[in-house]
Amino acid sequence: MKVLMTEYLRIDLDAEQWECRVCDHVIGSAGKSYKEGMLVHNRDPREIHPPIIDPEKYRFTFSPDPEWVRILEYYCPHCGTQVETEYAVPGHPPLHDMEPDLPALRAQWARREEVKEAVVGPAVTADKGHGH
Amino acid sequence: MSEMNTPVAAKLPSPEEVALIKKFLNDTTLFLGPDPEIMQNHDLMPRSEVEDECMRKVGDAHTIAKIRDRIQAGCDEGYEMVEQMGAAPGAKWGDVITGVYSASGDLAIASAGGVLIFSALVHHPIKFIIKNWVNDPTVGVNEGDGFIHNDSRYGNVHNTDQSMILPIFHKGKLVCWVASTVHEGENGAIEPGGMPSMAESPCDEGLKMCPFKVVENYQIKRDILTFLQNSVREPKLQYEDMKVKLFACLRIKQRIEETLNTDGPEALISTLRTTMENVRAEVKRRVSEWPDMTVRTYIIQDSTLRENCVVKINCKLTKTGDRLIFDFRGSSPEFTNRATNTIVAGLKGMLAQVFLCYVWPDLPRGQAAFAPIEVITDPHSIVNCSYDAPNSQSLMSIFTGFTAGQHAVAKFLYSCPEKYTKVHAPTFNMINTFIWGGVSQHGETLGNLCADLNGMGAGATVDRDGEHALAPIFATMADIGEQELNEEEVPFLQLVSKKMTRDAIAPGKYRGGQGYTMMVATKDSEQWGFMTVCQGAKFPPLQGLFGGYACGSYPLCKVQGVDVYDVLLNEPHKFKHSIEEIMNERPFEEATYTTHHMGMGFEISKRGELFMISQGAGAGYGDLLERDPAGVIRDIEEGLMSPGVAERLYKVKFDPDTLAVNHEATAAARDAERKARIARGVPYAEFIKGWNKPTPPTHLQYFGCWGDDVAKLYMGSPDKFRDANAPRPNYMPHPKDVRIAELESRLLAMGAMGGEKQ
Repeated sequence: MKVLMTEYLRIDLDAEQWECRVCDHVIGSAGKSYKEGMLVHNRDPREIHPPIIDPEKYRFTFSPDPEWVRILEYYCPHCGTQVETEYAVPGHPPLHDMEPDLPALRAQWARREEVKEAVVGPAVTADKGHGH
Repeated sequence: MSEMNTPVAAKLPSPEEVALIKKFLNDTTLFLGPDPEIMQNHDLMPRSEVEDECMRKVGDAHTIAKIRDRIQAGCDEGYEMVEQMGAAPGAKWGDVITGVYSASGDLAIASAGGVLIFSALVHHPIKFIIKNWVNDPTVGVNEGDGFIHNDSRYGNVHNTDQSMILPIFHKGKLVCWVASTVHEGENGAIEPGGMPSMAESPCDEGLKMCPFKVVENYQIKRDILTFLQNSVREPKLQYEDMKVKLFACLRIKQRIEETLNTDGPEALISTLRTTMENVRAEVKRRVSEWPDMTVRTYIIQDSTLRENCVVKINCKLTKTGDRLIFDFRGSSPEFTNRATNTIVAGLKGMLAQVFLCYVWPDLPRGQAAFAPIEVITDPHSIVNCSYDAPNSQSLMSIFTGFTAGQHAVAKFLYSCPEKYTKVHAPTFNMINTFIWGGVSQHGETLGNLCADLNGMGAGATVDRDGEHALAPIFATMADIGEQELNEEEVPFLQLVSKKMTRDAIAPGKYRGGQGYTMMVATKDSEQWGFMTVCQGAKFPPLQGLFGGYACGSYPLCKVQGVDVYDVLLNEPHKFKHSIEEIMNERPFEEATYTTHHMGMGFEISKRGELFMISQGAGAGYGDLLERDPAGVIRDIEEGLMSPGVAERLYKVKFDPDTLAVNHEATAAARDAERKARIARGVPYAEFIKGWNKPTPPTHLQYFGCWGDDVAKLYMGSPDKFRDANAPRPNYMPHPKDVRIAELESRLLAMGAMGGEKQ
């Protein structure tokens, strides 16, 4: 039984491993943070949020200040998919952002069918309006 | 050890003595301040005997559904009345709500449109009235009474919102309450418009109305009304909207009475209680379907609106069985003299909006949807501030708290087979708009804001881009207003309005909805000015989701020393319609061009000077290399993104003239970028050796916990901190004093102080 946890991550409940949904790479123990099996890149935020006004002339440019914030990009080491981002204060330890309770997860999914394609959820549709 | 300190077994008072002590304390209370018993509790009141009896008598689901729909329709009717007749800009554009509360004060049914958080907090002042005024012979609660309230410390978002609260009686017995709340704007604070950033204590924040009686026999008491009018800058607004809210409440009362006449009080009381209990039970059932997990996130506020600093909103969300616990411990200590604190009820009200607007919008809107969810905070923190802390800019903390909640919740929802909405990246969360005030072209003294705060960009979802300038996070059905209508009443024009700000992006597989540019310039008044009250000019106030990016940052730009109305008249070709062009090309020769963070205190403007800002983008979802190239090209065509940025970020190859995509080259560029990621990425264990630091950086004023150690809250530097459970004052110096000290030290270093005596 495998559980789809995010757009790019799933947990193999039997092996208790995080896996990449894009390339099936086994990332690491589901008892630990998936980030421990990732590659990390410390991104200058100006590269993603480009200055709209001239940084030579102005203090504030629409780009985040790289001395205040960095973007930690987490990549699957096998396929290079960007699994998560984290806007971080420089030097702040990365968060253990998803820490599932594996026995509880296993018990919950023992009552369910395996879901292989993510459930998207209902779309907002236009009402037909009032009529007689 | 002295004899005096020798412990002696205390004599315990008898039950009679305890009762006597309690009566003495109740009879001699000097001040009925906010009651922690009321203010710390957001759950439903226990089912009363009357409710129990009514539920035994009337339990038919069809009858209850019919009555609930009638009451809901009555609330919606009241909402429409306030929106159509209200004088405040907030009323006109939907920052309004109405609701029906149980006899014990719980919000049972709120209007379908409007700002739910207003309504979700009014149960606190109603419970204050029940506890303190019902049996007080000098006040009392009688048929025909109405109570006014705005002080957030008694249960509100901030004191610019005013509520009118009416008890509803049937044959002499209180059966329920109705209330209407509006973001009124002006409230007599130190700055016009109702949300002062300059407030350094609650005494700077204007009217602080604990719940009190202002209506008797359905008539507004003129003496009290006059006092209130005399305390604010917009006396006509104060009167008009009190009347509007009163009459909206009376209309809802009429609908309730119709129900009472057709179905009887038992059916009404049973409907209100059954609705709440059913919603509460359904929420616990839905939570139980989530995975048992802990999710951690944080959002950074990059200013207090007075100065830039790093203020952490820390959130750990844990779900176990049918319990869901928001743990905000580790968030910044409260600021003793800054207005960005919130009372914890405000934070809870906004978290309720995460669920009712974005997760379970199918549930009846009321207090019950958040009732079983738990919230933990540190005492005297920025998300649970004390009575003495100013909180007129509480939106900064409740909105960033909302985003932390929204971000964390999304990580639970993805795996759930049962969904009521789509998994959603955070929506933009700052009120990027202009607050304004002064004397209008008609000689009226005004203080309020542009409804552009309602135009926040939506976060992307699991299968589509975020919508642009869609709705504020606090109301899914509000409007951004008609600027042309406003301009009939205020002496400034939005010279550029609702034009999307190019390249202010939140990339992803699905990108965030973007924000639009606003440029304002005063025209017909010498006594008029603006404020901006947002964070995020240095550090984005969002996080992206599942590999998507957050928004960028948003500054305030000013062009002074120019009258653009003269330019438009005499040299119209010089005027440009984007911040990018005006700031980079500097088309007005004599003007000065400056940039600032978005916490501009009230500033008088001269005719024709430009103040320019942009609404923000919601966060992106997923890896941007998976974005459909057609979506990238569409963004270029729609002016959301420049071709160079699109190509560099999304690795899409296209013909610069025709924008025709070269799919083969795009696939190759994306493959190359994935390989480049693998090449530049550092294994986690190795990365944290160089990245992780034991304390916050010395170059930033940092507030809150560092890492997972939530017991220690930093207060501006690595060597200043407090125990999370032991509050300390947290004063900030005046930014002008800081600047003067910097300049004086420079003068001193240059030997240019001129021998000034110290």
